[in-house]
Amino acid sequence: MYRSSRPSLVNFAVLLAVCAMLLGIATESRAADAKQKFRLAWTIYVGWMPWDYAEESGILKKWADKYGIEIEVVQLNDYVESINQFTAGAFDACVMTNMDALTIPAAGGVDSTALIVGDFSNGNDGIILKGKSSLADIKGQKVNLVELSVSHYLLARALDSIGASERDVKVVNTSDADIVAAAAAADTTALVTWNPQLSEILKTPGTHRVFDSSQIPGEIIDLTVVNSKTLQANPAFGKALAGAWYEIMALMEKDDDAGRAVRAALGKASGTDLAGYDAQLATTRMFYAPAEAVTFTKSAELAATMRKVAEFSFAHGLLGEGAPSADYIGIETAAGTVGDARNVKLRFDPAYMQMAADGGL
Amino acid sequence: MRSLINQRPGRGLRFALGVLPFALLLVAYVAASHARLAVNAHDKLLPAMSSFGQAIERFALRPSARTGEIQLWADTVASLRRLGTAVALSAALGLVIGILMGALPVAGAGLSPLVSGLSLVPPLALLPILFIVFGLGEVAKITLIVIGITPVIARDIALRVHEIPRELIVKAQTLGASSWQVMLRVVLPLALPRLFSAVRLALGAAWLFLIAAEAIAAESGLGYRIFLVRRYLAMDVILPYVAWITLLASLMDVALAQASHRLFRWARFGQLG
Repeated sequence: MYRSSRPSLVNFAVLLAVCAMLLGIATESRAADAKQKFRLAWTIYVGWMPWDYAEESGILKKWADKYGIEIEVVQLNDYVESINQFTAGAFDACVMTNMDALTIPAAGGVDSTALIVGDFSNGNDGIILKGKSSLADIKGQKVNLVELSVSHYLLARALDSIGASERDVKVVNTSDADIVAAAAAADTTALVTWNPQLSEILKTPGTHRVFDSSQIPGEIIDLTVVNSKTLQANPAFGKALAGAWYEIMALMEKDDDAGRAVRAALGKASGTDLAGYDAQLATTRMFYAPAEAVTFTKSAELAATMRKVAEFSFAHGLLGEGAPSADYIGIETAAGTVGDARNVKLRFDPAYMQMAADGGL
Repeated sequence: MRSLINQRPGRGLRFALGVLPFALLLVAYVAASHARLAVNAHDKLLPAMSSFGQAIERFALRPSARTGEIQLWADTVASLRRLGTAVALSAALGLVIGILMGALPVAGAGLSPLVSGLSLVPPLALLPILFIVFGLGEVAKITLIVIGITPVIARDIALRVHEIPRELIVKAQTLGASSWQVMLRVVLPLALPRLFSAVRLALGAAWLFLIAAEAIAAESGLGYRIFLVRRYLAMDVILPYVAWITLLASLMDVALAQASHRLFRWARFGQLG
């Protein structure tokens, strides 16, 4: 056997390294005890741009210093990847929509809390038909969209509203990064997407917006989500995030020079300018005042929306194969728990927004 | 001499040494997966072996509730059809262009700079153009693969043709062969074995472009499925799909090597490798 001793030693060393790496992944998610350093991931979207400003302007650092912690802000290019990384434990907080919060971290068993309910889409997501101007004409068409995303949900709700179902169309999964190019192709006739791609496609003559998220107000919600265990062990993290967020909201809301300067900076960071960013804000219902966000979070409508989202997600297998019904995952809201109260994995917690509203931060 | 460099493992040992890394990787995976699942029973990043079993059962053995098809099979057929068409087209195009470039100096002067230039364009950067010109259907996906691998194959064939000893071509001409006959009877038989190895090497790139095209716009295919279920971190589906793709690619590689070995017995005389 001595013959093979050297090669297998080398193999063994390589494998030890691989094992160590895998175990590294395995233990990453355990670190939920009290700690000092936190990481927030964000991706470009009109309602999440304030996190970029929070980092750039030093406002977040100011709040983190106040609570004696450090917060690292990381911009990711890929939205789904950022949520996957959050689910895997690489980030303590991440921006995402209500539907993705349910289907990725919560369905993956990671107890998540919507710390900040930032806005809801009020026309930012829409359905476009080429050459036709009524939603009913979508029947029988191929529809390009990011499958299993909020676009898919919007399509399902739109079809619902005209008594049709997904069986009446053929869905083609199309990357959001390429959907503008896809729209230019001659054989593309129907699309569902969000801004800024939506307004970009609508600039082409012959395209019509036949349905948009302002017809289902409050159902596509943009959140800043935090790992529940981390938040429980470190309320300072939640306080620093909420404090910084609402300081920027107060600045952004005003139509004075300071407010315009902030919005221009946010627009520039998302590849447009003040006018372009203001146009996107017009179709976004921002909750500038924390009290508004608290009212929305406590409303019975939120619970009703989450029920619809859970049903859509279950029908598309997004809650996992182990899920026997849409009620499998519990969603805790102030107006009551949706689904299984013994398996709560997603929490809408207005506490930190309330503190901001009360000036208690 | 008993130096390490002179020691060759026997057959059994060689096999054991080959399997060992895979076995250790598997053990490491199971251990890591177990550790993660102990912390969070719903963890999706490193699923347990039983989850793989269920996912395989769901995707490979049971017809889908929505379409009535067996999904893994439908995805495989869709992907292999695209890949097969594209690789066959690229091989044919690459062979013709490569022989022209290599054998006819006039054609070479005209084609070489273009083909060299094209081989350096990153095909994925052309995707928006392909979509607008060819639409979002099969044609665009096949074209992406063809653009990606044809120039490489053509250049490889041209290099091979340049290696043909000048004497052989002169000899054929003294025997009365025309340019056409030299290309058909001397150059082509010498270029064909290289075509097979060029295609084998290009297969990796072809798979890459196939998966990329399917990730961007598709209704079926192996790449489509992986990028779709990635939306909810279904590693229990993704990892078996990756293993399946690896198996398919290895089988193709072996099949091409075997075919080349059988078809071109004569090519192994008079040259090494």
